[in-house]
Amino acid sequence: MPSIAKPIVTHPSLEKNALGLNLRAYEGAMSTLCAGCGHDSVTAAIIRAAWKLSIEPHTMAKFSGIGCSSKTPTYFVSGAHGFNSAHGRMPSIATGAGAANRRLVSIGVSGDGDSLSIGIGQMAHAIRRNLNIVYIIENNGVYGLTKGQFSASADVGSKSKRGEANRVSPIDPVMFALSLGVTFVARSFSGEKEQLVPIIEAAFKHQGLALVDVISPCVTFNDHEGSTKSYAYTRKHDFHVTDSDVIFPADELIASISVNGHTAVTMHDGSVVHFTRTPEDYDPRDRAKVFAYLQRHQQEGKVPTGILFIDESQSDMHGVMATTDTPLTEVPFDDLCPGNAKLEALMEEFR
Amino acid sequence: MPAINDFAIKLANVNGTGSASANGLLMQSMFRMGIPVAGKNLFPSNIQGLPTWYEIRVSGKGYGARALDYDLMVAMNAQTYAKDVKEVRSGGYVLYDSTWPLPSELYREDVTFLGVPLSTMLTETVPEPRTRILLKNIMYSGSLAALLELDMEIVEELIKEAYGKKQALLDSNRKALHQGYEYAKANLSCPLPFHCARMDGNRNKILIDGNTATALGAIYAGATVAAWYPITPATSVMDAFKGFADRYRVDPVTKKNNFAFLQAEDELAAIGMVIGASWAGARSFTSTAGPGISLMSELIGLAYYAEIPAVIFDIQRTGPSTGMPTRTQQSDIMLCAFASHGDTKHILLFPNDPKECFDFAVQSFDLAEQFQTPVFMMSDLDIGMNDWVVDRLEWNDDYRPNRGKVLTSKELDDIKTYYRYSPEDENFVAARTLPGINAKGSFFTRGSGHNRLGGYTETPAEYQEVMDRLLKKHKAAAKFVPEPIIERKQNSTFGLISVGGCDRACREAVDLLEADGIIADYMRIRAFPFGREVEQFIMEHDFCYVVEQNRDAQLKSLLVLETRVPKEKLLSILVYGGFPLSAASVVEGIQHKKAKKQIAAKDLVLMEE
Repeated sequence: MPSIAKPIVTHPSLEKNALGLNLRAYEGAMSTLCAGCGHDSVTAAIIRAAWKLSIEPHTMAKFSGIGCSSKTPTYFVSGAHGFNSAHGRMPSIATGAGAANRRLVSIGVSGDGDSLSIGIGQMAHAIRRNLNIVYIIENNGVYGLTKGQFSASADVGSKSKRGEANRVSPIDPVMFALSLGVTFVARSFSGEKEQLVPIIEAAFKHQGLALVDVISPCVTFNDHEGSTKSYAYTRKHDFHVTDSDVIFPADELIASISVNGHTAVTMHDGSVVHFTRTPEDYDPRDRAKVFAYLQRHQQEGKVPTGILFIDESQSDMHGVMATTDTPLTEVPFDDLCPGNAKLEALMEEFR
Repeated sequence: MPAINDFAIKLANVNGTGSASANGLLMQSMFRMGIPVAGKNLFPSNIQGLPTWYEIRVSGKGYGARALDYDLMVAMNAQTYAKDVKEVRSGGYVLYDSTWPLPSELYREDVTFLGVPLSTMLTETVPEPRTRILLKNIMYSGSLAALLELDMEIVEELIKEAYGKKQALLDSNRKALHQGYEYAKANLSCPLPFHCARMDGNRNKILIDGNTATALGAIYAGATVAAWYPITPATSVMDAFKGFADRYRVDPVTKKNNFAFLQAEDELAAIGMVIGASWAGARSFTSTAGPGISLMSELIGLAYYAEIPAVIFDIQRTGPSTGMPTRTQQSDIMLCAFASHGDTKHILLFPNDPKECFDFAVQSFDLAEQFQTPVFMMSDLDIGMNDWVVDRLEWNDDYRPNRGKVLTSKELDDIKTYYRYSPEDENFVAARTLPGINAKGSFFTRGSGHNRLGGYTETPAEYQEVMDRLLKKHKAAAKFVPEPIIERKQNSTFGLISVGGCDRACREAVDLLEADGIIADYMRIRAFPFGREVEQFIMEHDFCYVVEQNRDAQLKSLLVLETRVPKEKLLSILVYGGFPLSAASVVEGIQHKKAKKQIAAKDLVLMEE
């Protein structure tokens, strides 16, 4: 994809994180997306979350498929390896890389075309395997690069730029993922940085697949009157189910499991996702209840956002496979090759 | 004519009735008697109820190809009696269950019928019907042991190895074996004129199938990430890999696995996982067959263009489409040579037997990493799923994997700027870096147009520069892939060329022709890109026959495309019905073509039909 190097301008006043790096160290090349594209806001949120979490840039691995969304990994954390793969195939590439090196901090950026149409099979199975990855869907209901066809997430009745209404039932990535046993699912809006950044932080803290569906309007093909994925529509119908913050292990506050009557979930590394606001009787750890709640509110035309569900008790892909703690890429050859003596003994079994 | 340690038998059964263990028992008994033997399983794509055959060729001389002339038919399937009886050579024998009289219309004057009342004997002693069905196979194996003079000590030893831990099973199998043996001894003229006699033909040999050997190669090469989707006939590669990994790759202290075994949702994902794992620095592979290659073609192009290693074991079966999943063919040659859209060209290795499957499996990983590209090992159902007598597999403990050019963190620190595709070495390969090592080595892997530095491009010259280098890189690999095996003879009049599993039939054909005064040089191609020797061999002959198992002469076409030899020099012998090749088909093909050549010698193109 086209990319333009971004001049690195730093200002001494820029705040530094635990690694001594400022925000600039987490940026990438200049975006070539349309001005005002929701995806650029998501990129900015990823940059901020990675900086706040003090992730060492080279330990990250960025994956994407094909589409506008899939271009974005060039625009953040240039110190990390990136893999812009093929349309709908990001999950399998990320699965292989994650299997090979479990220490990689993986993030995949996909879109509604990439993940809900051509790649829905791979996404479904990555969820089933509970691959350890932050899986972001930049969801705009439309194919941008091919100029405005409806995607599988377009709502019934939502109008295209030419005024034609979609008649085909949409696939909701959140509900779909919940039904597949996803262990972390959130939804947000690219226009809501305050909500999105902590969601991405929590997603990085999750051990397993963290699906983040971000409504990210397409300013060129799907931001008009009659579209249900426009800025205006999403602003109007966005409805925060939960608000949350991530509290790191170093902080004093982690001790409490429940703060002010609200839920808190302790993540794998000891940090805590603290829900500062949830509806009464909403428990983000209860899959069935979350499912019913979302169904009810989405039927009313609302766009429920926030961290919607967390199950921190499940094993991730490596846990299920009982892979060694050392990344497979670092296991010495002598531990992998049984050697000639064993082969000679084995040959006796083929007599 | 058949003789001692030189005959062929065919066993006709219904699949799902336990005949496979009896087939294996007979074959292994002969092997342990030191007699070279070859077994071919001709089985249906079905779990239970359809006809299945097993052929055993006993050849003291060591010919391991399929024989088409059956000296003894073990006719245990009423559905196929008529066909099976017809296939026996004149003067041969048919062993059948004489509980029921053989239909009179099947009777042949020129064949001896050997009746053993298997069902009657079993009904008297075994109450449970399913057990009777299973034991019937062991019972006729006992009769065969008497007729073919198998060493009963060896047969018993094998039964003990199979059922030793289950006393009841051991007893019932032993009993059935002896009942069959004693009946034959008392009622039939044992042994038959052709039978087995101990010899010393299998010293340092093993009996192994290619898929097991392939899996073992992957283990020894240090492959850690295996991703696949179940498909006949490639599944047993992964079954074997998992078995060996559970045995050799579990950390003795932590009990955790030094491997990742990923059963993917489809072949699209399987190859994606392999590419992802290789990109991250693991040795990774998949095993599949033609339909899987079709699906994988998309990402194979990505691996080719982005220069990511990948090892693909293609256990070829009969196409097109679903084709005949349990039949063999060499019909993926063109598909794999050029898999994916756009200009792509890949490295192919062609093992001829399980021993080479092991060696080439290891070499596939070295080549894939050295050239940073997909490598296909082109096995097939015959090599992969049948048991072959081959030399013991050997391992040199000095082996160190060739990981190709991969920059370490230290090396990255020492260079000014890292670019993924520059500078290139003498083999047109540039150093790669792995994620998670050093931020200085970070780059963006892309399947979209890129320039020599790895940056996105839509500029013709920049795009072409990379594409041209990839072509040169493929050519450079010719010096590193296995060279052809060539056997030249004095006074030869033409060349015979073959590939993969055709080898044993072709070698035998060369001997048969020589006995008839027809002298041929022989070349077995072991890899693509072709080395200079391949072109030379063809050039030095007036004409060469190319023997392969597909309809469209794929190897020949590839030779015409990728060497400078004139098309007219190459004549095809194509056997592609789905069963393993026999020497008779090769000899017949050559005689047929030679006869035609005399008629229309000046028009070789016409001869091609």
